[in-house]
Amino acid sequence: MSAFSAIETKRDVDQNEFTPDIEPQATWCPGCGDFGVLKALKGAMTEVGKNPDEVLLVTGIGCSGKLSSYFDSYGYHSIHGRSLPIARASKLANPNLEVVAAGGDGDGYGIGGNHFMHTARENHDMVYIVFNNEIFGLTKGQTSPTSPKGHKSKTQPHGSAKDPVRPLSMSLSAGASYIARTAAVNPNQAKEILVEAIEHDGFAHIDFLTQCPTWNKDAKQYVPYTDVQDDEDFSFEVTDRQEAGEMMYEAESRLSQGEVLTGRFYREDRPSYGQEKRHTGEMPEQPLAERYFDDSYEWERSADLMHRHR
Amino acid sequence: MTNDELLWRIAGGSGDGIDSTSQNFAKALMRSGLNIFTHRHYPSRIRGGHTYVEVRAASHEVKSRGDGYNFLLALGDSFARNPQEDAYYGNEEVKPLTENLDDLREGGVIVYDEGLLDESDVADLDEQAEENGWHVYPLNLRGLAREHGREVMRNTAGVGATAALLGMELDPVEELMEERMSGEVLEQNLEILEIAKNEVEEREFTHDLQIPAVEDGGNDEQVLVSGSTAIAYGAIDEGCRFISGYPMTPWTDVFTIMSQNLPEFGGIAEQVEDEIAAASLAIGASHAGVKAMSGSSGGGFALMSEPLGLAEMAETPIVLVEAMRAGPSTGMPTKPEQGDLEHVLYTSQGDSNRVVFAPGNAQEAYEQTRRAFQLAYNYQLPAIVLYDQKLSGELINVDEAFFDREPNPSLGSVLTEEEIADAPHHHSGKFNRYRHDVENGVSPRSIPGQEDGRFLVTGNEHTPQGHISEDPDNRINQMDRRMEKLESIRAELDANDQSSQTVYTPDDEAEHQYGIMTFGSQQGTVEEATKRLSDDGHSVKALGVSELLPYPTEEVKAFLDSVDQCMIVEMNASAQFRGLTQKELGGYGEMMTSLLKYNGNPFEPEEIVEGFESSISGDGDAPGHSTTFVPAASD
Repeated sequence: MSAFSAIETKRDVDQNEFTPDIEPQATWCPGCGDFGVLKALKGAMTEVGKNPDEVLLVTGIGCSGKLSSYFDSYGYHSIHGRSLPIARASKLANPNLEVVAAGGDGDGYGIGGNHFMHTARENHDMVYIVFNNEIFGLTKGQTSPTSPKGHKSKTQPHGSAKDPVRPLSMSLSAGASYIARTAAVNPNQAKEILVEAIEHDGFAHIDFLTQCPTWNKDAKQYVPYTDVQDDEDFSFEVTDRQEAGEMMYEAESRLSQGEVLTGRFYREDRPSYGQEKRHTGEMPEQPLAERYFDDSYEWERSADLMHRHR
Repeated sequence: MTNDELLWRIAGGSGDGIDSTSQNFAKALMRSGLNIFTHRHYPSRIRGGHTYVEVRAASHEVKSRGDGYNFLLALGDSFARNPQEDAYYGNEEVKPLTENLDDLREGGVIVYDEGLLDESDVADLDEQAEENGWHVYPLNLRGLAREHGREVMRNTAGVGATAALLGMELDPVEELMEERMSGEVLEQNLEILEIAKNEVEEREFTHDLQIPAVEDGGNDEQVLVSGSTAIAYGAIDEGCRFISGYPMTPWTDVFTIMSQNLPEFGGIAEQVEDEIAAASLAIGASHAGVKAMSGSSGGGFALMSEPLGLAEMAETPIVLVEAMRAGPSTGMPTKPEQGDLEHVLYTSQGDSNRVVFAPGNAQEAYEQTRRAFQLAYNYQLPAIVLYDQKLSGELINVDEAFFDREPNPSLGSVLTEEEIADAPHHHSGKFNRYRHDVENGVSPRSIPGQEDGRFLVTGNEHTPQGHISEDPDNRINQMDRRMEKLESIRAELDANDQSSQTVYTPDDEAEHQYGIMTFGSQQGTVEEATKRLSDDGHSVKALGVSELLPYPTEEVKAFLDSVDQCMIVEMNASAQFRGLTQKELGGYGEMMTSLLKYNGNPFEPEEIVEGFESSISGDGDAPGHSTTFVPAASD
């Protein structure tokens, strides 16, 4: 019997199994977009048939970081900006785990920007959800990396002099192999995209637009939205890097003008990091984590290296 | 001059092959039956500059670098030759000859490469040689190498000349070459070695230095290892199969050895974007059920303080290595210091809840790395192996059988699925990962993917199920439980027969007038100094401390109680280890004096002897300018 039977025992899972039996269910503000992410994630996990015990959800700090508290799976509520390095090592240690990382726009595009760039580059097989509400929420309303130029806050009283980051373009140039943008106000699309992201074998980055009714009164900016796949005005090949790049640039420019474009922006069929590592012989076929429970495994000793030192 | 030990120093520019040549030479001497200790000195640059390696070889046990040296092979800095006259670093070509002379013992031997070095650049070499009774042999090593192979082979010519001058057999050197090279390169090197030896043998020698006599033939059972090798192999034997890091001197030594070997052992090595990521990856791998390790040096370790605190709060086991170099900030990247002690003990927010070891030599480095993994995984906290640039790179011969240990695949306090099923769960269905009603403060964990074992990890204070909580009672319960682990570990370490503290007593007497205490890499040097002091009639013994957190209070108290006065030896400017000792023991300040060194070079035994005689027993000259004396607290 495997030491990780939750991974191998396939069964029908009810969406409610992902809801922890705790009070309060969530401490997010009424009307917060984060509820939309939570709902979509539960729906997507159920649809792809994941067992809560085989899912590892690693989050950062902030309102978004609390996702792991309200989603019942193995969870790791880590530190600000560091969800990705923790998540990707967990995936390397046990590639059979379904690993999801999540954080906010400050967490993911600010303090964790370096990790974002490199995790995308390495194309780790995981889903990365960035709750993008263009504000720091839990610290009570400071300017974030995605806040529009001119945005005024307590820490930027004269208005931000910085252009916001372009998360989709950043992701593409960094090397993510699946890039999409969705919005909490569009639960069906959000769930569909999450399903695709979970099933995608590589780094799937979702820029998830979430309204912050408390600190970012422009929350309505995310309604109405346009799905770039459904609208005839936008025609591009989602697997063509150049066309996708132009489309992303367009979507990011329009967002600052209040027009919300969502949908799938890029998809690339390329070996995930784990596959590459196995190919070069730097990663074993059998998940490393299983080895520690495998009584028949013969552990190697450094004594084999000693002849070099004689 | 005595012939009981050879202290051979090979000097040149970085990139000239000084390191590899000295390693092979040291290994050849080891194979012929001698005990070896090497000391490496190099600048923070890729090519050129002054670099040397000292190989100490003796038939008796050697645990330290010596006092100075008695044979200089000065090869010249080939990278100093700059086509532009005004090279930025100046003309360093001659440094391998000039920079080393201060430490050359009376009656010592100098071989220099006259193909690269011009004696006329060293104005007073003849005078100095006469004054000190040095024997100087200029040889055209470069010319010889060029004639029979390539210029870079002048190192080989130097080794051949050394063998001739010391009456040493070439067999072990040739054997090593045959093992490491092949084809034309091997043939040329063998030829150059032979020619250099023969040419020099034909000359008339004026010195009487010889290779030390070997008592029992060869040393087939010995291996030549560095502290970093010992740490890496200790980790591998203990079942570590994941390492993540970012290059930084001198931590790179361990990182490189692990990266090169781990895939062969079915493990994973990851070079990542920064040290925050490195430590975080180790946390992620450990959480998912693998024994994981990361590490860095001063500045890089500073970045790890955030994930280090997370590992403490989340109770995710990890082993971190901290290879100290001179600080603050970037400091002196290639020079040893023990100045990060307080940084490692206290970094990160909140109360420290970690284990810190400071091995004193390669054997301890191996054992304590293993123990660090055992404690980290059994008690679910970070364990740190603190050492320095000195121990990282120095080579010492160790009985090979010492390393032949049983592998340990145990993940420590982890439950099987059957045990999880039997464990009480919270009504929410969650596993009580952080229950506080446990023995030793350790609540067993589950691994993601195990059926019904799910829980939440968080860096926030949390309930037994891992949910964020600011409830005061829960806080006290969880905090007390985490802190209880340290006391349990202290009890476990105290009960362990293999004490991590080494008492060095030259005679059987328990009570001594004086003690010398040190921590980490200075242990061997202190031992050697203590032996000399004892031979000179002083009543002195020494203690090398290598457990720092939890601090071995009882053992240190017992040691201090058995002497009247104690000198604390450490490589930093603020007496950090003495401060720690006084904090832990709450007293004893009036009996402790400090001997400090922080000029970028490790102590030589004689400096400790001199420091002792002037500061403690009061019958010697004041210590040299490279060391500092800090009197007892009551002075």
